[in-house]
Amino acid sequence: MLVISCIKQVPDTTQVQIDPETNTLIREGIPFIVNPYDTHALEEGLSLKDRFGLRPVALSMGPPNAEATLRKACALGVDDAILLSDRCFGGADTLATSRVLASAIEKLAEQEELGIVFCGKQTIDGDTAQVGPGIASRLGLQQLTLVDRIVHLDLEKKRIRVRRKLEGRHEIVEAPLPVMITVVRELNRPRYPTVPMRLEAEDVMVKTWDNSVLGLDVETVGLKGSPTWVSKIFSPERDQGEIIGDGINDPEGTANLLIEKLLSKDLLAI
Amino acid sequence: MSINQTIYIPLFAVSVIFFCYSCYQRLQLISLGADENRSDRPIERLAGMFSYAFGQKRVVKRPFGINHFVLFWAFMFLLLANGEFLIEGLFPSVSLALLPDPLHHVLAFIFDMVSLLALVAVVVALSRRLLFPPSYLSNEYTSARSGEGLLILAMIAFLMIAFFLLHGALIGLGDSAAYRPISAIFASLLAGQSTAALQSSATIAWWVHAVVLLVFINLLPRSKHMHILTAIPNTYLRSLDKPNIIPRESFAKGKRFGVGVVEQFSWKDLLDSLTCTECGRCQDLCPAYNTDKPLNPRRIVHDIKANLLQNGPALKNGEGKTLPMIDLAQNEGTCSEEALWACTTCGACVNVCPVLIEQMPKIVKMRRHLVQEKSEFPEELLNLFENMEQRSNPWGIAPSDRGKWSTQLGERPFEADKTEYLFFVGCAGAFDTRAKQVSVAVATIMDLAGVSWGMLGKEELCCGDSLRRLGNEYVFDKMAKQNVEMFIEKGVRKVVTACPHCFSTLKNDYRQYGLELQVIHHSELIETLITGNKLKLPKTTDMGKLLFHDSCYLGRHNEIYDTPRNLIKAATGSKPAEFERNRENGFCCGAGGGRMWMEELNGSRINQNRVAEALKQKPDTLCVSCPYCMTMMEDGLKELNAPGVQVKDVAEVVAEALRL
Ligand SMILES: Cc1cc2nc3c(=O)[nH]c(=O)nc-3n(C[C@H](O)[C@H](O)[C@H](O)COP(=O)(O)OP(=O)(O)OC[C@H]3O[C@@H](n4cnc5c(N)ncnc54)[C@H](O)[C@@H]3O)c2cc1C
Ligand code: SF4
Ligand code: SF4
Repeated sequence: MLVISCIKQVPDTTQVQIDPETNTLIREGIPFIVNPYDTHALEEGLSLKDRFGLRPVALSMGPPNAEATLRKACALGVDDAILLSDRCFGGADTLATSRVLASAIEKLAEQEELGIVFCGKQTIDGDTAQVGPGIASRLGLQQLTLVDRIVHLDLEKKRIRVRRKLEGRHEIVEAPLPVMITVVRELNRPRYPTVPMRLEAEDVMVKTWDNSVLGLDVETVGLKGSPTWVSKIFSPERDQGEIIGDGINDPEGTANLLIEKLLSKDLLAI
Repeated sequence: MSINQTIYIPLFAVSVIFFCYSCYQRLQLISLGADENRSDRPIERLAGMFSYAFGQKRVVKRPFGINHFVLFWAFMFLLLANGEFLIEGLFPSVSLALLPDPLHHVLAFIFDMVSLLALVAVVVALSRRLLFPPSYLSNEYTSARSGEGLLILAMIAFLMIAFFLLHGALIGLGDSAAYRPISAIFASLLAGQSTAALQSSATIAWWVHAVVLLVFINLLPRSKHMHILTAIPNTYLRSLDKPNIIPRESFAKGKRFGVGVVEQFSWKDLLDSLTCTECGRCQDLCPAYNTDKPLNPRRIVHDIKANLLQNGPALKNGEGKTLPMIDLAQNEGTCSEEALWACTTCGACVNVCPVLIEQMPKIVKMRRHLVQEKSEFPEELLNLFENMEQRSNPWGIAPSDRGKWSTQLGERPFEADKTEYLFFVGCAGAFDTRAKQVSVAVATIMDLAGVSWGMLGKEELCCGDSLRRLGNEYVFDKMAKQNVEMFIEKGVRKVVTACPHCFSTLKNDYRQYGLELQVIHHSELIETLITGNKLKLPKTTDMGKLLFHDSCYLGRHNEIYDTPRNLIKAATGSKPAEFERNRENGFCCGAGGGRMWMEELNGSRINQNRVAEALKQKPDTLCVSCPYCMTMMEDGLKELNAPGVQVKDVAEVVAEALRL
């Protein structure tokens, strides 16, 4: 039974800055990382391999250099890694992205029964949290979002019970397989690749599927298939902060300064 | 007196054959280990061997070491005497008496006196063991075998007494007493006995001496007294590198990484394990052991030996092993993972061992296995490893923020032809709030003295120290290569660091990557600036009672003890007060070896132990030379509720004296 983890290569957003003139992201020299939530999606797939013998596959849509992301997944132990890359996939919004991913998943499911599709809760660059649900609705899968624990997996009855992490409460829900699950970080602790696995992964062939494999209508993918587009990116204006006093050598004096400051700005009432 | 050779010759032959067989067995075990070159720089090796083995340099650092010194040299002389004894038994006509008289007499006198010294030393050692043994002499393994130590001492005593009785009797039978004053005393005890009685006394003494000697020789390779045979070669074969430098690993498919089974240790590691004298000195200084962690460096060495003895015979026959080298629980012959993670790589063990055993590198080799082959490590380290690999700093802060601490200083880029020194700020110096103040102090001092310096700013990368000590050699290797490439590309030759960990890594570890830099710690730079009159301190500053805490990576790992003390003297007008445990015997702050990034779940806290030691002296200032020590001391003071004490880096103390 297949368990597919969707992983996206994202720029390390702690390091992304916005060009004040063009209002676009400065991407040069920014290292790419695996979307942090997706490392948990990947780990869960791997742990189902360890526990139930399911076959974990990593799937990513992105430019050719996203191969590095999949290579890392290989080092961690997925059975298969597939990069969906084609010029016509570029510039996709969430609709077009989920269409391509869904089509690839469908193709994989032709060969082997599909059990679970894991996605991250959201990405740290796009932040929409729409791709997972998009895949599910396109494929007609049950969708369980914000999962922080898999309570029970019954492969005989083909049912799964999970815990969802919601604001201030948890919800236990059950659904029949196949399902799409989006995961939060509490779900698991990602494993760290051993050196032999890393070295093995160095010359693993990551499969690349372009649109000749998927055969999608080019009008429905990439920029052309994207009804939404980003018109402007900007950092909200914020007052410049300032450092007052010397908190290490004079904590008391600094605290007094701070209180005065807050009082003078009417931010503190006595 | 005549010796029954039909008994002696077979006895002698069997003993010698059995002894050689034991040694051969031990050598075979040692040869199971992996290759390591320990034959380079022979002159340096010989010189060290003379001072460590024959000069007993480290042995005599403890009061009872003098006793061992006496025993050692007595052994050296008596080697000749006993050699003669054993040969004379085979060929009664061959003896030192064949030498010209004056020489023979001198030797006889020396043997007599030395035997007395040995006897006294043995009595002292026996009384110490029985009456006032120091706590570090025993632990749960060695106390089980303390009978062995007593037996060996008793045998030596027997040998000496038999020697005197033999010669006493011989004097009674007409030998000259002139050159054997001690034997003469024994002769007077035997005075009045008949010739026949003297004959049989001599014969009995001779046989006692012979049998004890042969048994003794055969016990050596099978006990901790193996060190009598291996300690001298072990000092010759010691590591000539800094104590924490371990050979690099090469990362190719099919290789093994680190040490997970005993035969992956190098042959020298295995020789070490058979050489341990169980003196307990390493245990006595180990910060982990002293705060009730499950680590004891001597036990690590012992477990390697026990594992080798248990698994070795099967390994030699190509069979499987029965005893794991590393496991969750500690057992004789098996190190626990917890113990391996408790090491701060402070180097106290390596530095104190009288026979130059390298305990800590063995721990790091086993960590390498756990991290690289098993991915088994305390869970806090996952974040550290990811942060290091992705953002090249332990906290995972954006690398673009690296230069932020220095915005007030303006742009200070390093340019090969224009700037003399690269100021390698280090992760702590760039990101840690408190350490940033030290960076500012160092920069200010350099500016005041007119030093030409620059930085790498955003481009600076972590040196990888924590990774290497934690056994993540694969990622360290990548980071080291990146750094080395960048240093070469930028034409860096001289580096100042504000952190002993960067200092030691750049200076010693990167040498393994072919990079020879002139690396100096900021305290060294400031000292040269003061002595060269480039930096004048207009006044001395009063920091109250100031106590200096040695950083392990500056002190033990790089032998810089006086420099920071000299600076303190220059800045405050007086030498710093000293901790009870200082310099070579200094006690770690608890943060080295990657412990900075781990929880301290077992026993008491190392930093609190150190701060408590400081507070006994009621200091006003604790002076450090390392950002990790800074954090640990400040935390310790808070935890022990000692708000009146400030922690200052040595650069800040100097900066204080510069403030007008
Ligand atoms: C007009 C427009 C143009 C854009 N152009 C570009 C562009 O040129 N380059 C670019 O990089 N981005 C571009 N984007 C952003 C892109 O649309 C989104 O990043 C992408 O659709 C995924 O959405 P998200 O990041 O919000 O994912 P979310 O919905 O937040 O992601 C949820 C989960 O879905 C999965 N997932 C999401 N994306 C992928 C993927 N690609 N592969 C595998 N799994 C995935 C992951 O498991 C992820 O955790 C553009 C967006 C718009 C609207
Ligand atoms: S290096 Fe320090 S902490 Fe580690 S075993 Fe040796 S003495 Fe103990
Ligand atoms: S390892 Fe060295 S210091 Fe430690 S007990 Fe053995 S001989 Fe002594």
